[in-house]
Amino acid sequence: MTCGVVVFPGSNCDHDALRAVERLSGKPAKRLWHKDHSLAGVDRVILPGGFSYGDYLRAGALARFSPIMDEVIRFANGGGPVFGICNGFQILCEAGLLPGVLTRNASLQFVCRDVHVRVESAASAATRGVAVGRVLRVPIAHADGNYTLQAEALKAVEDRGQVVFRYCDARGAAGPGANPNGSLDDIAGVRNPQGNVVGLMPHPERAVEALLGSTDGEPLLRAFLS
Amino acid sequence: MKARVYVTLKPGVLDPQGKAIESSLHSLGFGGVQEVRMGKYFELTLATADPKEAQAELGRMCEKLLANTVIESYRVELP
Repeated sequence: MTCGVVVFPGSNCDHDALRAVERLSGKPAKRLWHKDHSLAGVDRVILPGGFSYGDYLRAGALARFSPIMDEVIRFANGGGPVFGICNGFQILCEAGLLPGVLTRNASLQFVCRDVHVRVESAASAATRGVAVGRVLRVPIAHADGNYTLQAEALKAVEDRGQVVFRYCDARGAAGPGANPNGSLDDIAGVRNPQGNVVGLMPHPERAVEALLGSTDGEPLLRAFLS
Repeated sequence: MKARVYVTLKPGVLDPQGKAIESSLHSLGFGGVQEVRMGKYFELTLATADPKEAQAELGRMCEKLLANTVIESYRVELP
């Protein structure tokens, strides 16, 4: 298993992701440059957090046209596991690999704090083997995490069980105080119908060391790397 | 040829920025403002002089990049 982490201009969580992958897998991870035309033989791809292309136009809209994204799209369509975290999630939505779009937080504030999410589906590359209903404490840091879809498309996403994570409180209950950004149906992460592509706004790679307050990101990255 | 492109949120899509602007206008005394929806405006200079060709090309630009058609619609204006 070799995991690649794509570096876009403006990525700022690529090192966090590389470190987390290497710690958990015990194997070197591969840095992939946005201008590359090849995935260099990796069999897992992480799109990390950050502000690719300064979030110009829309978050993720310009990164989606980086040369490496053609390869990521081909890899994903062939069943390859792809994990988008925060800005990576936004890029996957803009690329059409995941449904929906992440818009400005309802509060209009950048929100940087720990939140709780509940695992809603074990049928994704990042939750295989993780118990549905499990509550994880993971940090968020974003201004554009407000998951939006038109009503019909949202219903399809819900009906197909594509919601993988929902914001909740520490006990796993939904509620207005538990949703940090106004996302429809408290959605924090979704998958494609096949489950090999998954994205979420919180940062599991920042929650893999007890020293930093939580290790709840570990099961997600372990599932993805296994 | 100069072209103008307007990208706006589809009806029913929440617009927190528009809402914030609306309440700022209210607090400035513009109480008659009933709703604000915020969008984007682009000016493009195109090499072609053929409006038909420009229209088709701008449509493709909007579909591919300028708008996210999941939540936004677009309108093109040519001189």
